[in-house]
Amino acid sequence: MTRLLEGVPRRGLWLLAALLALLAVFPLFASGYLLAVGFLILYFAYVGQAWNVMMGFAGQLSLGHSLYVGLGAYAAAALYVHFGLSPWIGLGASVALCALAGAAIGFFAFRFGVAGVYFAILTIAFAEFARIGFDHLPWVRGSSGLFLPVANYTENDLWNLRGSPRMFYYLMLALTAGAFVLCHALLRSRMGYYWLAIRESPEAAQALGVNVFRYKMYAVVISAAMTSLAGVMFAFYYNNLFPEQIFNISRSIELILGPIIGGIGTLAGPIVGAFLLTGLAEGLRELMLQLGIDVPGVKQVFYGLCLLLVIMFLPDGVWPPLAKKLGLHR
Amino acid sequence: MATPGEEAGAASVSRLELSGVSKSFRGLKAVSGASFDVTAGGICALIGPNGAGKTTIFNVIAGVYAPDEGEVRFDGRAIHGLRPDQVCAAGIGRTFQTVKPFAGLSVIENVMVGALQRERDVVAARRLAAGIVERLGLGAKSGLPASSLTLPDRKRLEVARALATQPQLLLLDEVMAGLRPTECDQIIAVFRELNRAEGLTILLIEHVMRAVMALAQHIVVLHHGEVIARGAPDEVVRDPAVLESYLGEDTEI
Amino acid sequence: MPIEIYLNVAASGLLTGLVYGLMALGLSVIFGVVRVVNFAHGEMMTLAMYVTLVLFSALKLDPLVLLVPIAAVLFVFGYLLQAGLINPFINRPEHSQFMLLVAIALILVNAQLIVFGPDAQGIRTSYSFDSFQAGPLIVDASKVYAALAALVVAAALFAFFRFSLLGKSIRACADNYHGALVVGLNVKHLYALTFGIGAACVGAAGAMLMAVTDVTPTIGPAYTLLAFVIVITGGLGSMAGALLGGLLIGLTEALGGVLFTPSAKSMFAFGLLVLVLLFRPQGILGRKVAG
Repeated sequence: MTRLLEGVPRRGLWLLAALLALLAVFPLFASGYLLAVGFLILYFAYVGQAWNVMMGFAGQLSLGHSLYVGLGAYAAAALYVHFGLSPWIGLGASVALCALAGAAIGFFAFRFGVAGVYFAILTIAFAEFARIGFDHLPWVRGSSGLFLPVANYTENDLWNLRGSPRMFYYLMLALTAGAFVLCHALLRSRMGYYWLAIRESPEAAQALGVNVFRYKMYAVVISAAMTSLAGVMFAFYYNNLFPEQIFNISRSIELILGPIIGGIGTLAGPIVGAFLLTGLAEGLRELMLQLGIDVPGVKQVFYGLCLLLVIMFLPDGVWPPLAKKLGLHR
Repeated sequence: MATPGEEAGAASVSRLELSGVSKSFRGLKAVSGASFDVTAGGICALIGPNGAGKTTIFNVIAGVYAPDEGEVRFDGRAIHGLRPDQVCAAGIGRTFQTVKPFAGLSVIENVMVGALQRERDVVAARRLAAGIVERLGLGAKSGLPASSLTLPDRKRLEVARALATQPQLLLLDEVMAGLRPTECDQIIAVFRELNRAEGLTILLIEHVMRAVMALAQHIVVLHHGEVIARGAPDEVVRDPAVLESYLGEDTEI
Repeated sequence: MPIEIYLNVAASGLLTGLVYGLMALGLSVIFGVVRVVNFAHGEMMTLAMYVTLVLFSALKLDPLVLLVPIAAVLFVFGYLLQAGLINPFINRPEHSQFMLLVAIALILVNAQLIVFGPDAQGIRTSYSFDSFQAGPLIVDASKVYAALAALVVAAALFAFFRFSLLGKSIRACADNYHGALVVGLNVKHLYALTFGIGAACVGAAGAMLMAVTDVTPTIGPAYTLLAFVIVITGGLGSMAGALLGGLLIGLTEALGGVLFTPSAKSMFAFGLLVLVLLFRPQGILGRKVAG
């Protein structure tokens, strides 16, 4: 435990503990709409962390991460719908499938030297493939959508992930906290150092004995596997899946906004970004509702403007300067 | 000015052997039939005019390129065609002509990346790295980001990183370029010490003749991709072919 | 199915492909010179299409005539975008630039959504339902006119870069940024000019496409992707490659739509993209970048 906490300044630990406590008691005061927003924030914080492993740690820009969300979602959901298989077992299939997909993409990309922007476009292509492919896949009901049976429940069924929003909230909180701990451990490991080295200069890393291909693959597979769990949560929370929506490129863009705005490559960045973005967006929505404006697209323009401003004026994200102000380093 | 290596009358075991190495790029022959060897525990300098093929030879040794022809043997084992990370694992460390620090990492973290090659455990790697950082005179700057270093310090960092992989052979690519004479002398002293104390074999590319004459026990001269001279420093600098192609008659050592 | 159907579909695909090619040409020019990956390319095209729509409703002029002013509008837009937002990013890391354009794309798409709404909108010209017949081939007149216009614009662009002093200066910048600076070229201005030219291509293509199909805000991202597929397949930095890629993609999409299902047609484009990225990353006509 102490090894895990090594390197984290005291003040940071207190802040983390305070935040965790706050998040834990939040559902006791909030319900309905606010609880849903809370879930959404945690969802984006989690999936942003997963994406950050590939981009922030290993420097590989993926613009097709919705692929893993979708695959993870459909795998667990389809197994539940067709065989009544508990998602806790089904998620094994989700993780395996996404790890395989990630490995395939990674293998094709890295073996053939597809990097940078080309890699990003390749990831988009694979997500699009899935979108169109799943539209024609009868086993998951194609474009008509896959619906999970929702019965009126009196108590939470954790085993089948049927339950109240509060149950989902706590699950998501556990996932996000777990991801945070995992990423922290990864960064401090040998692999973490190698990832950072590859991100900065793959050539120099190789000259120091780092098998760049292997470590890039690890990053891609871990990121994909982590993202698959977000998909499982998505499926069982919303109870319906459409290829057109879940594999959509706008989903891929949406989930990277948090980490970019918060700060790529940092541990807290994706979390800060998710809070900021979703929080502000919902605030904007409320404001518009009060003013009686109901126009689709305003939220996205808001996201775009945030992204633009952050890229232009805070290229490392919101978190690093904030961390400095708070007296925490890195 | 016989160096300790020579004085010991070394049973000249070859640490590194190049035989007939050729490498072309798009039809242009960068290196042609290069053959030379580097004695274990010795310091060898590779000199020659720009474009002579020196860095290409380094890149072939380090595994960045596979030679079109010829062999590279390290302690008798063929290493041509291996990947750069495999070459490092075999015991060869290298620096780059244009330094490539991991800008976002601190000095000690940079060196740790090298140390992790030999010490899997992060804590042990940090210890190993700290020792090397001290040795190269970067102790005071250990926690600073690599991007904040001056050029001479970046060069030191580059060397420290390579040393952290605990190589038996160190390839230095124009480490002296851009350094002032005093800084040169400081680094020369470090290399001399490493060679003397640990028997580290060094192969260096250099233009700064001051450094070459101070360090090298053996010089290989390259011109248009071919080895045109080989031997002890005092012989090579008097070789007419070398003078004509590179040093020039007025060169003062 | 009788062979005539395939021929017609193929012909139709080739014609549309030329227009796609012109759009991709703009992307190729921008990337080839300014080295910016214009992720907002398709969104700029839908912008051009909406401008065409508005002007057509207001002035009742044929879109192929509106080509020129629309290209001009997009030129200014592109110039300002490069000069104002993108130029400062020249020395930033690659993914930073990329995300800048992602942000712009996001804003453009949704601004269009807000202003024009999600429904498909189109225009009807006097020749909307005409067609030409040559033997077994029956092709839409609008597609023929659009393709011809695309060829003319492409030819003009080729000539510009080949023969004009300005065009040569721009190529000099592309080949050697620092050399160009040393020689005294105002590189920032030339970059902005080039982006403007690329945007103008998109503008022209948008006007042409409006004569042929409908517009919704969501097709922007689809066109961006298409442009990338075309440019990568045909060869980054090769103008002829962009046109060739356009023809190829137009053809595969059309035939794919008829051989399988229409909704799956872009899968072929993506399949082609993956193959090219893996096995011939410089594209069909591209030059291999020196190692």
